[in-house]
Amino acid sequence: MTIDRSGTPLVEMRNMSISFGGINAVDDVSVDLYPGEVVGLLGHNGAGKSTLIKMLSGAYKPSGGQIFVDGNPVQIHSPRDARELNIETIYQTLALADNLDAASNLFLGRELISPLGFVDDAAMEAETRKIMGRLNPNFRKFAAPVSALSGGQRQSVAIARAVYFNARILIMDEPTAALGPHETQMVAELIQQLKAEGIGIFLIDHDVHAVMELCDRASVMKNGKLVGTVDIPDVTDDDLLSMIILGKKPGEDANAD
Amino acid sequence: MSDASQATTQTKRSFVQSLELDMRLMGMIGAFILIAVAFNFITGGNFLSPRNIFNLTIQTVSVAIMATGMVFVIVTRHIDLSVGAVLAICSAIMAMTQARWLPGLGIDLGSPLIAPIAILIGLAVGTLIGAFNGWLIGYQGIPAFIVTLGGFLIWRYAGWYLTQGQTIAPLNETFILFGGSEGTLGEALSWVVGILAAIAAVYGVWAARQSRIRHEFPTKPLWAEFSLAGIAVVAILGFVATLNAYSIPKGKLRRMFEARGEVMPDGFTQGHGLPISVLILILVAVVMTIVARKTRLGRYIFATGGNPDAAELSGINTRLLTVKVFAIMGFLCALSAVVAQARLQSHANDIGTLDELRVIAAAVIGGTALSGGAGTIYGAILGALIMQSLTSGMGMVGVDSPLQNIVVGAVLVFAVWIDIQYRKRTGIK
Ligand SMILES: Nc1ncnc2c1ncn2[C@@H]1O[C@H](COP(=O)(O)OP(=O)(O)OP(=O)(O)O)[C@@H](O)[C@H]1O
Ligand SMILES: [Mg+2]
Repeated sequence: MTIDRSGTPLVEMRNMSISFGGINAVDDVSVDLYPGEVVGLLGHNGAGKSTLIKMLSGAYKPSGGQIFVDGNPVQIHSPRDARELNIETIYQTLALADNLDAASNLFLGRELISPLGFVDDAAMEAETRKIMGRLNPNFRKFAAPVSALSGGQRQSVAIARAVYFNARILIMDEPTAALGPHETQMVAELIQQLKAEGIGIFLIDHDVHAVMELCDRASVMKNGKLVGTVDIPDVTDDDLLSMIILGKKPGEDANAD
Repeated sequence: MSDASQATTQTKRSFVQSLELDMRLMGMIGAFILIAVAFNFITGGNFLSPRNIFNLTIQTVSVAIMATGMVFVIVTRHIDLSVGAVLAICSAIMAMTQARWLPGLGIDLGSPLIAPIAILIGLAVGTLIGAFNGWLIGYQGIPAFIVTLGGFLIWRYAGWYLTQGQTIAPLNETFILFGGSEGTLGEALSWVVGILAAIAAVYGVWAARQSRIRHEFPTKPLWAEFSLAGIAVVAILGFVATLNAYSIPKGKLRRMFEARGEVMPDGFTQGHGLPISVLILILVAVVMTIVARKTRLGRYIFATGGNPDAAELSGINTRLLTVKVFAIMGFLCALSAVVAQARLQSHANDIGTLDELRVIAAAVIGGTALSGGAGTIYGAILGALIMQSLTSGMGMVGVDSPLQNIVVGAVLVFAVWIDIQYRKRTGIK
């Protein structure tokens, strides 16, 4: 399946910059994403991948650059703003409240409310059972706080939270880091399914093979800068690896600086 | 251990399990019963006399009210060392309002307007001070420990300047009704309240079950639901019966009749019944429990305590939340000031001294984790009751007050140690 990139992109992040204490964590990086497309973000540890997408999810305020959604410039000042634009994020740290159960975490910040204005725990648990039945049918621990869950179970709660609210733009920061092979395969299938529904996905992953398999394009970062964006069908695993390690696009002279 | 006894422990466990009782709560109730029975034995039945239970309850109210607010403060990983001082300044302002300022405006101390105006002003001041603390903590980033340590020194002595250090008395008659023994519902009304509460408890159990059935979730066995509801009903009605059994002294009754221009019939007796202050505490407990469990505010308080970053990333405004939590704390300090001042029937500058420590200890004994994210309203109230029982029990037995403090301090540390052991065993964070 090829992606139609003739229209306006779903998201465009143009010339994004941010620095922490004088260090440029992200320096003039531009990436974009079309409907139904999966764009991989690659780079070594500390390259700035998480920081880049946190500017899209409202966790960080950029010091420079502009974000467009459907071609319109948008201001994302908080996670709430991002959620209103149907941007959902699975954070690398999962961002779950350990002391609450799966349902409370899934609906955190967007609780279902009964007619009397109280949080409707029973309804939220029912919805959680439904979506978990789809994502992770073995999941049973609905009454336990998520601190009592395994890494993979926690991951499936975080994924369920992002998927449940009809995301149009989904950010997945190492979604399979804590998962076994079977669960990793389920996430891969989920990505295919969401892609078919026209959702755009930014996928951060250290596994080059997974990126080759799941992504349509890949953007590689090094030391806060964008090395380049390539079409996956045009490159090999080795091309991507050398981009990550050497910081050069394939065909570029590795010595030129 | 023989096979037979092992079998019994196993059935016992499944019995307790099917009740799905909160083990921590059971532990606290067990500790409380142990303390009460021990003191009752030593004092030859005086500790559990209706009269002492009545006094114990009204002495607990002020600290218990504040302890419910302290639960929210500690759950969000903060602390409030200023509650005794905030209580003092609210008390000073309410005393000055009723005894000096309003009379200065031509509304004399006997006017029916005095109590409501004084109370409203007090509650407003408490809420504002709390909100201001919350703003300094949430928006200015000053640690709660520092802000409220400052407040600990500031507010009590701000109150001192208002009253010039004088003790203010007498207070308005209506105002004094909120203190305890002067303002009780009497026997009949107490039964009405008790029966309504019992019906509410049964309805609560039933509604929770219906909701689980509606969503096809697993439910407890019927007999377990019946036992739970039964225990609640017996506890509520037993409490009312005990307070009703404490008769109003003859002299006071006669004066009450005289005030109405009647003559007291021979042999007339009347029980105290529920004190208004206890009714206020029950109301606070119910409202705070609903806030904690059933509202977004409560959900966000616990989420923020469990993982502040996750809360922030979920779109929760944790700064504003801090302001709200401390505003609630301030409001409850003012409410406690009403009860404490009315009970003492005067305002003195040392009112509420050391209350910050009692309140924090009550919340912590009640299972509120200082690491944040965990705590219950009923736990804090039970914690306050346990502390007050220890203090009054030791007083009745004749333990001198330095030793009393040593025991209370040791109990605090011991309770937290038990709690840590319990969490380790059960794997709860
Ligand atoms: N809140 C912060 N404060 C200070 N420095 C930060 C902060 N967040 C990120 N950084 C720095 O920015 C740089 C990029 O970090 P980032 O988390 O984006 O890396 P990453 O590409 O996601 O790495 P990984 O693959 O290890 O997740 C790092 O040098 C990091 O130390
Ligand atoms: Mg990262």
